[in-house]
Amino acid sequence: MGRVDAVWGDGRLIVSSSSANGGRGVGGAAPFAELREAVTEFVEDGDSIALEGFTHLIPSAAAHEVIRQEKRNLTLIRMTPDLIYDQMIGMGCASKLIFSWGGNPGVGSLHRFRDAIENGWPNPLELEEHSHAGMANRYVAGASNLPFAVLRGYVGTDLPKVTSTIKPITCPFTGEELMAVPALNPDVAIIHAQQADQRGNVMLWGITGIQKEAVLSAKKVIVTVEEVVEEFQARPFGIVLPSVAVDAIAVEPGGAHPSYADDYYDRDNAFYEAWDPIGRDRERFRGWMERHVLGVESFAEHLRSIGREEATR
Amino acid sequence: MTETVEKDSYTTDEMITVAAARELWDGAVCFIGIGLPSEAANLARATHGPNCSLVYESGTLGAKPDVLPLSIGEGVLAEHADSVVSVPEVFNYWLQAGRVDVGFLGAAQIDRFGNINTTVIGPYDDPKVRLPGAGGAPEIAASAKEVIVMLRHTPRAFVEEVSFVTSVGYRHGGDSRRELGYSGGGPTVIITDIGVLRPHPETKEFTLTGLHPGATIEEAREATGWDLKVADEPAATEPPTDEELRVLRELRARTERARGTRA
Repeated sequence: MGRVDAVWGDGRLIVSSSSANGGRGVGGAAPFAELREAVTEFVEDGDSIALEGFTHLIPSAAAHEVIRQEKRNLTLIRMTPDLIYDQMIGMGCASKLIFSWGGNPGVGSLHRFRDAIENGWPNPLELEEHSHAGMANRYVAGASNLPFAVLRGYVGTDLPKVTSTIKPITCPFTGEELMAVPALNPDVAIIHAQQADQRGNVMLWGITGIQKEAVLSAKKVIVTVEEVVEEFQARPFGIVLPSVAVDAIAVEPGGAHPSYADDYYDRDNAFYEAWDPIGRDRERFRGWMERHVLGVESFAEHLRSIGREEATR
Repeated sequence: MTETVEKDSYTTDEMITVAAARELWDGAVCFIGIGLPSEAANLARATHGPNCSLVYESGTLGAKPDVLPLSIGEGVLAEHADSVVSVPEVFNYWLQAGRVDVGFLGAAQIDRFGNINTTVIGPYDDPKVRLPGAGGAPEIAASAKEVIVMLRHTPRAFVEEVSFVTSVGYRHGGDSRRELGYSGGGPTVIITDIGVLRPHPETKEFTLTGLHPGATIEEAREATGWDLKVADEPAATEPPTDEELRVLRELRARTERARGTRA
C-alpha cells in the first residue's frame, strides 16, 4: 500500500499516491486493470460474489470472465438473477444462490436456474431466498457495518419457514414485532458503470438500483466501465463512487450487453427473447457457451461472435 | 367515453387491462410491475387519470413512459420521471412508509383469501415447478393501501390451497390479517378474464361480484378450484369504450414500433 495523501480541494476528494496500484483507495493510484487480471486477483473459488444491476448496467462482461476462469463453489448474490446468473449456474460456477427474483425479465423463466433447482443440473444449488425489500436492506446493513437490518414484511408468509436468515425481532422501544435480516457482505461486488475519471472515481446514472449499497457492503470491488473521461458532467440522478470505494476498474465498452447503458446503448430486447430457447436445452446451452463465451478471449470478441458489435455503439 | 363496442372487437387481455385501469382514481400513487399492470396504469394515465403517479420498483418515481417498458428497469421509465431513487429508498421510504395507494400483483396461484404464491408449485424442497420468487410482492401486499390482483381465471391458478404463501392476502380470512400488523389494507379486487372478485366485508373470502360481457357464472365456477361464492346479482362489466381501446392500442402500437427500431 502506498502513502496516504488525500486532500479535500474544491469540495472533492483528491487522492494521489506513490504506490503503483495500491488497490482500494488509501492512496492507491487509480486502480485500472484488465478485467481478466482483476477477476483472477479478486475472485477465488468458494467466494460470495454479487454482480448487481437492476435491469440496467448489468455486468455481463465480468460474468463471462468468471465463467472463462472456471470459478467454482461460488455463492452468487443478486436481487434479480437474470441471464448472466443463468449462465454461471448452468456452467457449474455456483453452489449457492442468495436472491429475491429469478427470471428472464419481460420474457419468462430462467431455464438453467430452474434445471439446477428442479433437477440438480449440473450440480445442486442451495437457495437462500428473500424479498426485494429484504435483500435491499441486507445490503444497506452490510454497507453500514451493522449486523442486521429491520423491516416490516415477511410476517405471515412462508418465507421465514424456508429461509433461516429471516427472524423475528422485538423493538426495544415499542415492543413491536418486526423482522430482522442479516447484513450482506460479499467477498466481491462487481458492477458496470458508464464512466470512470482518470483518478478512478466512478459515475453511473439513470436507474442505479442497488449498486451503491452492493459496492459499499463488499470486501473487494471490481467495476467495469464504458469509458474513461477527463472530467464528469453533471447528470440527473447520477451517483459518483469515490475511488476509495473501488479496487479495480476495467474498461469494457458494451460490457452490459444485453442490458443497456443509459446514454450509450439500448436494451437488446431481441437477445433476451433469443436466450429462452438457448437456455431451455442443456446441449444447446453448452454449445452456445463453448462457442460464444469459453471460445472467445474477451467480451468485445463475444459481441462480435454473436453479431452484436453494433448493438452497443 | 360513452360509445361501447361489440364483444368480438376486443380481447380478454384488453378487458382485464381496461377493468383494472378503471379501478384507479386520478392522482393515485401506483406501485407497478411489468405486463398487464403496467398497461393498466398507463391506460389510466392516458384517459381518466392524468395525475396518477407511477412508481416502479427499480426506483423510478412519477414515471411517464410513452411506450410500455419490457422490463422494470428500462430507460424509458427514468427519462421523464419526477425522480429516480435507489432500491432501498423505493421500498423503505415509499412502499413501507405508506406512500403507495395502489399496488398491483400477479400470481401463479391464489386462494380464496387472496394469499398469493409466486415461489414454487409442489413442495419447496422438491418443487414440480420453480417460479421466479418473491421480488417486491410481499411488501406490496403488506404495505400498499389497496392491492389489485390481475390474472387469468383457471383452476390451476385459483386453488383451494396455495403451495407456498409468498405474499399475504387476508390470511385465514376474517380479522386474521390484522394480527400481522401490516399498514396496507390487503387485496381489494381480483380482475380476471371472466370477471371481478371482491372480498366479503366480514369473512374476506373472494366472491364473484362482476362478470365481463359474455362470461357466465358457470364458467367462473369451473375455472375456480374452490367452491366459489357468487354475489346475488353480479354486476355486468361495461365493455371497453372506443376511447379506451383506441388509447390502449395506440400505446401498444407505439411500443411495437419502438421495439422494432431497437431490436
